[in-house]
Amino acid sequence: MGGEATKVISKDVLWGGGQSPFSVSYGKMMMWYFLVSDALTFGGLLTAYGFVRASSTDPWPIGEQVFRALPFMDGEYPLIYVALMTFILIVSSVTMVMAVEAGHRNDKKRVVTWLGWTVLGGFIFLGSQAWEWSHFIHGSGGSFLLTKNVSVTSDDGQEFDLLKGEAVFMDHHFGYLAEPWIEGEPQVSLVESDHGVKLVEMGEHPHEAELHSLTLNKYIANEVHVSGEDALKLWNARSESFSFGANMHDNEYAIQQSYANFFFFITGFHGFHVFSGVLINLIIFIMAYRGVFERRKHYEMVEKIGLYWHFVDLVWVFVFTFFYLI
Amino acid sequence: MERDDLIVNDNYALNAHHSEEEGAKIRRNTWKVTAILTVLTSLEVAMGIYFKRSDSFSWVMIKWTFIVLTLVKAAYIVLVFMHLGDERSNLKKAVLAPYILFVGYLLFIAITEGFGHMNLSNEHH
Repeated sequence: MGGEATKVISKDVLWGGGQSPFSVSYGKMMMWYFLVSDALTFGGLLTAYGFVRASSTDPWPIGEQVFRALPFMDGEYPLIYVALMTFILIVSSVTMVMAVEAGHRNDKKRVVTWLGWTVLGGFIFLGSQAWEWSHFIHGSGGSFLLTKNVSVTSDDGQEFDLLKGEAVFMDHHFGYLAEPWIEGEPQVSLVESDHGVKLVEMGEHPHEAELHSLTLNKYIANEVHVSGEDALKLWNARSESFSFGANMHDNEYAIQQSYANFFFFITGFHGFHVFSGVLINLIIFIMAYRGVFERRKHYEMVEKIGLYWHFVDLVWVFVFTFFYLI
Repeated sequence: MERDDLIVNDNYALNAHHSEEEGAKIRRNTWKVTAILTVLTSLEVAMGIYFKRSDSFSWVMIKWTFIVLTLVKAAYIVLVFMHLGDERSNLKKAVLAPYILFVGYLLFIAITEGFGHMNLSNEHH
């Protein structure tokens, strides 16, 4: 039963009753069984995420507000980048369907072409996910916690009574310099300016960032900006507790560290599937190119790896909805 | 009921070759499903950006809309792209039944316990 599937059904693959009930080869059936077990793992992970989120008493971050950056672009584009990643994966799934279809016509040239596009799509997705991770880890400004209760008025005139221990968020220019300043980098210093305070970096690339405004509720709901005197009041009430981006111990997005941990684990586990999928696709691409399947007279290997590749797309559809959208 | 678990005319997956005309039909269907998946994803993103989260009933309905749209997309991927829809119904059941059973149970337990835990913590605060 091992090895490649043969075209003629041998007596060995028939079941006890002299039938092959599923009418598929051993390899394809095992691929389906593997996918069912793998889907249970992902189902367990997403359910665990739902459980932790449902049982959380503190507000949970909103996907549109955490994931709203685009590479090389300023400004806010909620969920656009994740949607683009979803689209890339769907398209690379489509090119795989085309490769399988061409295989059924023993059209080697088309199989190789479509598999090539599929491998390329996989690499683009992996690159996008690397950018997404990097952005999540670096964060967009960072936050600090208050040491005492402060009352401020926001730019749109609302009054807020902030409590000791609440988080206040910096913009990314100020936060970018605040991180080395907190770490005691000698080239960065905090100085008084005409409007309040600013951070100044000396050295090879001297530049400075003014404390223009601070943000409240950045990742939760109803984000508001505070500037001028009130921003300075918040800055002066800062504690030692700063957060920049996310790591395994701390994150700026949520009070719950489990939020960052689930992001790393779920998207990381999925990304590892994409990575191994791209590698296997590449191997099958080379085998198809060298005519291995042409000599075997069927392209079932493309169909089997195709099942795995569609599965990776399927999982991402669920991750997109349950991690990012809801 | 007609039995579909017998190999009557050697309809084995490895022999499932098709002609150019059948291939053209399959390709047309694939592009159609691609268009559907793209439109549904765009709709989800637009809804995600447009509707603000709240405790209201309408937000609950939007969440359910997301879940339904996701299940529709998943069905297209599994039944058309992974062509489980064209397999013997035995294989279909062997793949789908255990999964739906286990995940349904897991979801029921986790959601019940998750909200129970939250209500308990609220009572203590």
